[in-house]
Amino acid sequence: MVASDLLLNAVVAGVLLGGFYTAVSLGVSVAFGLLDVVNIAHPVFVILGSYLAYAMNVTLGLDPILTGLAFTPAFYALGVAVYRVYYASFEKTGQESLRGLVFFFGVLFIVEVGLLLQFGVDYRLVEAGYIGETLRLGPLSVALRLAVPCLVALALTAALAAVLHGTSYGRAIRAVAQDSFALRLMGVDPVRVKAFAFGLATATASLAGALLIMIGPVEPAMNREYIGRVFAIAVLGGMGSVGGTLAAAVILGVAESLTATFYGPSWALAVSFGILLLTLAVRPAGLFGQA
Amino acid sequence: MRQAALRTASRPSRLLALSVLLALVAALAGPGVAPAAAAQPIKIGFGMALTGGLAGNGKAALLAMQIWAEDVNRKGGLLGRPVELVYYDDQTKPANVPGIYTKLLDIDKVDFVVSGYGTNLIAPAMPIVIERKLTFMALFGLNNNEKFGYRNYFQIMPAGPRPAVDWSAGFFELASKQTPRPTTVALVGADAEYPHNALAGARENVRKFGFKTVYDSTYPPTTVDYTPIVRAVKAVNPDIVYVASYPPDSAGIVLAAHEVGLQPKLFGGGMVGLQFAALLSKLGAKLNGIVNYDFWVPEPTLKFPGIEEFLKKYQAQAEKAGVDPLGYYLPPFAYAYLQILGQAIEATRSLDQQKVADYIRATEHDTIVGKVRFAPNGEWATSRVLQIQFQHVEGTDLAQFTRPGKRPVLHPERRRSGTLIYPYTRAR
Repeated sequence: MVASDLLLNAVVAGVLLGGFYTAVSLGVSVAFGLLDVVNIAHPVFVILGSYLAYAMNVTLGLDPILTGLAFTPAFYALGVAVYRVYYASFEKTGQESLRGLVFFFGVLFIVEVGLLLQFGVDYRLVEAGYIGETLRLGPLSVALRLAVPCLVALALTAALAAVLHGTSYGRAIRAVAQDSFALRLMGVDPVRVKAFAFGLATATASLAGALLIMIGPVEPAMNREYIGRVFAIAVLGGMGSVGGTLAAAVILGVAESLTATFYGPSWALAVSFGILLLTLAVRPAGLFGQA
Repeated sequence: MRQAALRTASRPSRLLALSVLLALVAALAGPGVAPAAAAQPIKIGFGMALTGGLAGNGKAALLAMQIWAEDVNRKGGLLGRPVELVYYDDQTKPANVPGIYTKLLDIDKVDFVVSGYGTNLIAPAMPIVIERKLTFMALFGLNNNEKFGYRNYFQIMPAGPRPAVDWSAGFFELASKQTPRPTTVALVGADAEYPHNALAGARENVRKFGFKTVYDSTYPPTTVDYTPIVRAVKAVNPDIVYVASYPPDSAGIVLAAHEVGLQPKLFGGGMVGLQFAALLSKLGAKLNGIVNYDFWVPEPTLKFPGIEEFLKKYQAQAEKAGVDPLGYYLPPFAYAYLQILGQAIEATRSLDQQKVADYIRATEHDTIVGKVRFAPNGEWATSRVLQIQFQHVEGTDLAQFTRPGKRPVLHPERRRSGTLIYPYTRAR
């Protein structure tokens, strides 16, 4: 393979990976970026989505994406419920910073151990017709296992952006992020809006989990590997900016892919976080964030 | 009326009543009233990966160890005392190990400790056992004793006296015998203890057999997408691709190899995870052609006495325990490493660490994985790393792996049960 072929394929692989990272990070971008809720349990909700996709795939032969879509309302309800508990216990009394974090740690462990007890410790994979197939377009070879999640992730991102910018609910969410007191003066209950937003954030985990298990094998403790990545992407993109999350995720995906191809994969994560640090040094609000 | 009668009963009749009561209680308590020392169990303590990346294997090993304890206790225990396993979940986190073993020794006061599963989880226990001069049976660690040279360490994995080199020697020896003789090698592995050791040994074998390394790189274990790495390997067009990986990376690399169209002449080597039922059934025919290490497969050249009986017991309980339903990889060896310890305790009729260790070192042991003899460094005196090739695997049915033919042994010659399909592309 000529170097330019390799470069092209590496960039495309990075973009596809970045698309997938977007799906996993959207929830944190909304919850942490807009609502200031440090939801470190978001990756474990993604893993929960993966296991649901696995269970439906094994028992009913359902395509993982269909399962992801089908469970989105349930995840929304879960998000609203978790937020309500979090609000009543911590945010209302102003103790959200440290104790709220501990709360989400607790949620993380409960869900992780619940998955362990239910599904066991073995790695799980799903089967679908397109997993393992490759599209060849000239010098480019695109694995459908990565391309399909990327496309679905882009659709999810577009949908979320449409809600946030095109509906009155979305406007209310952006308003509560700016000034929740002013919103109250307008006659809107900020707590209801925040619960809706958090539910929306958690709802994305359902589909993101389905995409995750399409890409590779999943086991319950894997959620911890994603915590650093998703928060890095949310911060890099600019807190609460959906477009920023996409841009940041793609940048990190391409950086990982190029480093792995040309300089040695050990450096991939170091390069990603190096980019994050550089960006924050130059633009502390992130790429698309408002200071 | 009755109360008055009791109160006025004379002292001797009250004493008599009390004695009769005590005697009744003693009789009903039964054999439990025997001297405490004889009923005191012999405690064997260990940490084990019951959660985390290696838990699939760790839990299977635990089941095998529990079967051993049941078998031993059914035959009357060791030295007339029942055996008790005391264990904690190390969560596949090396940082948990020192605390667990200190607790086992200082608080639970176990009589013997054995290791958890895996190179990364054995390493942190070594300083503790060395400091306290304990006998240490170890379960599947690659070259953990190299830097210590501890005399009471015994490794049940049949890597051989020079584990890092013997690990891949069979793979590269097979390569060297093929026509056309391959010339270039790509070495890939995760950034962790096991792959580091395996790749170090592989480099020596590459030198020994006169191959040329054209790619030599490691990746972070948390890598999500392996296609860039596999593409980079394909770009240098190696004849041989040797991979030292753990289960998620093994699956990721096999999938990526297919998508990218990686077609070396020989592919595989040190991929952990391709022995587990979960990955066997999911990867199915994608495994065809891969030559990988293993330690026991249901081939006719490996029928050791006791192994089939053990596997029957294990497989009957595996599904309920939620562990690997086949149990070919780790469970027989988890049973065997306790078998050796138990036999040594019985033979020396003592719980003295040094006496037991000396006996283990000096004897050839009969176990369900065959005859085991240790070299002075605690590894097997003769290597028995099998190289198998996945051949004619169809679909995702697990039952095909319980019969001979899908994973014939190609090396060592003594255990060979099939022929290598070479190059890799011919087996696909």
